[in-house]
This record gives sequence, C-alpha cells and structure tokens, in this order.
Amino acid sequence: MDERLLRSLTPEVLGVLVRRGADFAAAEDAVQDALVEALRVWPADPPRDPKGWLVTAAWRKFLDATRSEAARRRREDRVEEEPPPGPAPSTDDTLQLYFLCAHPSLTPASAVALTLRAVGGLTTRQISEAYLVPEATMAQRISRAKRTVSKERLDRPGDVATVLRVLYLVFNEGYSGDVDLAAEAIRLTRQLAAVVDHPEVSGLLALMLLHHARRAARTAADGALIPLAEQDRTRWDTTAIAEGITILQSALARDRLGEFQAQAAVAALHADAQTAEETDWVQIVEWYDELVRLTGSPVARLNRAVAVGEADGPRAGLAALAELDPALPRRTAVAAYLHEKDGDPGTAARLYAEAAHAASNLAERDYLTRQAARLNTALRTS
Amino acid sequence: MAKYLLLKHYRGAPAPLNDVCMDQWTPEEISAHIQFMRDFADRLEKTGEFVDGQALAPEGAWVRYDGEGRPPVTDGPFAETKDLIAGWMVIDVDSYERAVELAGELSAAPGAGGKPIHEWLEVRPFLTSAPDADACHG
Repeated sequence: MDERLLRSLTPEVLGVLVRRGADFAAAEDAVQDALVEALRVWPADPPRDPKGWLVTAAWRKFLDATRSEAARRRREDRVEEEPPPGPAPSTDDTLQLYFLCAHPSLTPASAVALTLRAVGGLTTRQISEAYLVPEATMAQRISRAKRTVSKERLDRPGDVATVLRVLYLVFNEGYSGDVDLAAEAIRLTRQLAAVVDHPEVSGLLALMLLHHARRAARTAADGALIPLAEQDRTRWDTTAIAEGITILQSALARDRLGEFQAQAAVAALHADAQTAEETDWVQIVEWYDELVRLTGSPVARLNRAVAVGEADGPRAGLAALAELDPALPRRTAVAAYLHEKDGDPGTAARLYAEAAHAASNLAERDYLTRQAARLNTALRTS
Repeated sequence: MAKYLLLKHYRGAPAPLNDVCMDQWTPEEISAHIQFMRDFADRLEKTGEFVDGQALAPEGAWVRYDGEGRPPVTDGPFAETKDLIAGWMVIDVDSYERAVELAGELSAAPGAGGKPIHEWLEVRPFLTSAPDADACHG
C-alpha cells in the first residue's frame, strides 16, 4: 500500500467532489471514508485506476451520507465489485482546491491548517503536533476553516499569490513532531507547479529547494545556528541545488520577474559559491535592488544592506543601514556584524548583546549572545 | 501563528480598577468569575487559538542546589512581598494585535459587583525554536 500515492490523490479526489457540488466538509468526510476503504481493500485487490476508484468510492460515500437510507446502501455497496474507472483526471480540480484552502476569507493560521489537511492529506493529529497545539484546538481550527470556505463559491479562479504565501508559511515552520513541514511544503509546491503555469510558482519551488538544500549544514548537532559563511558546504544537498537552479533559470527565462524568483536568485548565488569568499556579492546586491523595487519590503532593504557591506565594505553597509527604521527586527544584529568587520569590537559587542535581547527565536538569540560573549572575552584579555 | 503567554498575577501587577480582594466577593461573584475564565478558554479552543492554561496556588518556595550530596536549600514562601503569578494561558494567534485583543477580553472577567475587574495581564511572546528562512542569509 503506497501511502504517498494515496496522499497525492487525496486533493484531486476532493477537488472532483467539490466541483460536483458537494459541500466542502461533507466532501472531506467522504474522501476520508474512501481512503479508509482503500486501505482495507487495496492490499488484496489493487485497483487498475486508483484515482477513479477513489472518486467513485468517495462520491458514493458522499451520497450515502446525504441520503436517509445510508445504512442499507452501505450494505449493498460492500458486496459490489471494484468501482469502474472514474472520469479522466481533471487537474483543474486540484488547483481549485488550492485556491479554496488559501482563500482570503481565512486567517493565515486557518489557511495553513486547511491546506495541510485537504491538499496535503495530513491527519489533524499530525498537523497539531507540527504546530504544538492540542489536537482539539487544531480540529476546531480546521472545521471553522471548512465552514468558512463552504460559504465561498468556486466559480472563478483564485489568486496564485495567496496560495504561494500559504505554502511559504508552511515551509518556514520547519519541522517538529513527526512531520517535516518544509518537505511537505516542497511536495505541495511541486504538485501546484504541475497544475499551474506561473513563473512565481517555479520561483517559490526553486527558493524552497535552495534553502532546504542547506538545512543539514545550518545547525550544529546541539541545535546551535551556523551562519552561512561558516557552514560546511560539503553538507549541502547538491542534487536539490542543481534542481533549484534549473527550475529558477527556466522561470527567469520567461521574463516575468516576481519576488520569489528574485529571492531564489539570491539563494542560487549563495549555493553556487564553492567558498564563502567566492560569493558574488555584487550580483546579490543587484537582486536585492530588484526585490526592493518589487516589494518595498523592509526585510529586503535590510538584506540589501548586508550584501552592500560585503560587496563594498562595512562602511558602505553601515551607510545603507542608516537609512532604515531603527525598530526593524535584526537591524541591530546586522549593525553589530558590520561594526565588527569595521574593526570596532566594543561597539559590536554592545550591539550583539542588544540584538540578542530583542531576538524572537531561541537559536538566533543564543547565537547572538555567543557573539557578544566572544567579543567581550577578547576585549578583556587584550 | 505565534504563541503568547498571558500571565495573571496575584501580586506584582498594577492594581486593577475594580480592586476588591476575592475573599470579599460573594460566592456567586466568584462562580461567575470562574465560569467566565472557563468559557473564555472554551471559546478559544473553538477558534483554534487555545494551547494551554493552568491556575497556580499562591504558595511558592525558592529552591536551589546546595552542593554535592546535600539536600537542596529551600526558602520562602514570600507571599507578602513577591510578584506572584496566579495562572497562565497560552494562545496561538495570527498577530500580536490579536494577542492583545484577547488579553483585553480576559481582563474584563467579572469581579466584585459583577463588574469587570480590569485587571492587568502580562502578554509575553514565546521565543520560537527555529529561525525562519528569511533570516540572515541562513
């Protein structure tokens, strides 16, 4: 029994039922029932057309549930032959499902949960473990989301950008519990790329692959953060990097630049350098210029200042930094780094400690505290 | 999608507007207060924002290691002088604004005379465990 196959078919089957007019929540229940049925029946009697089998079984479950004589029909169904193959696969249905799960009427947390449930086929328990909330809370979050989207019509295409944002949120959660959300986000983005022709989908997929390729090198055995320049590059996943770069290049060739493609281009330039010193910072600055132009994002401006510091020296980096809002997260950490490069360990140590205090995640705070401690120790002994 | 700790204090927080010691309330007022807290948690579970919540007894002691082979040193309780935490609730919400909004609602729990206590609640963000992909060219 191939669980991956079942999970990849789930959204398509669900999409068919929803398009045929089934209420979202009822359709989901029916698909779950059909999956249970498949797990029971398939090992002994594998279907010729798994998707057709599931569509038929799920549709029947749906009708069962909506008819009053459900019990009698179920008894009849049990003695029936393998369902005949369903209609030809309609990739549109899966796409509709992505749009529905990322619907703007949902909060980000709900959109993420519903996407993992309906498109990703994860169980509520798996999702609740990944997000470290009780299963009852996650169950309610998902059923509320289902109720919300059940009121929405599926008659016009949704916004791909919204779907991409949701997938990127999933990716950035990383992993906890037994589900690797980054890998899950990559799987779903691949699936999306197969049904929608949009260079930004490729851009996001490339970005995820390029980031994910460095994951093994990004943290030490004890969980401590290892900055890019100090990472063991032999631990990078060269297959994923090559795939990411290929996908990115064909997306860029279509000449419809978007923020994910630009971010992926930066990641590709990092991945491409054999050593940290060989990094093409001049080109990276240019890509950040594009990102700033596309998004106006303060984070892009901050990253640009880092790149300027590498390309044109710490003074130039500090000058770029001076134009940014002092309250910007991580701005102090960047200033600390640039001051140290500029030969001012005293200021750098003070700023590292300040940045550690403001850090929003544990690995980053520990890293910044260690940097401050390192400089302070050196200052005491010099 | 960030977790926040809402801290309720016995002592140490600024005085609430409706500042009457709980032992001066009527039993009905206490029941109403407890029911409010319970309903609040139930409602947050339904919105998918509840993570955990517990009430704490006021008695606490300080404990520290006192060297190899020796029992730990205990001291206290210091109920009269210290900042005392009465309980907590952990929520998982989409934004800081939402966390503040919910803390504001929780602060309206009924007290003496059935009127909102207007007590001060401390809102503290959790440090997340993993850095996000945008961080520092990671």
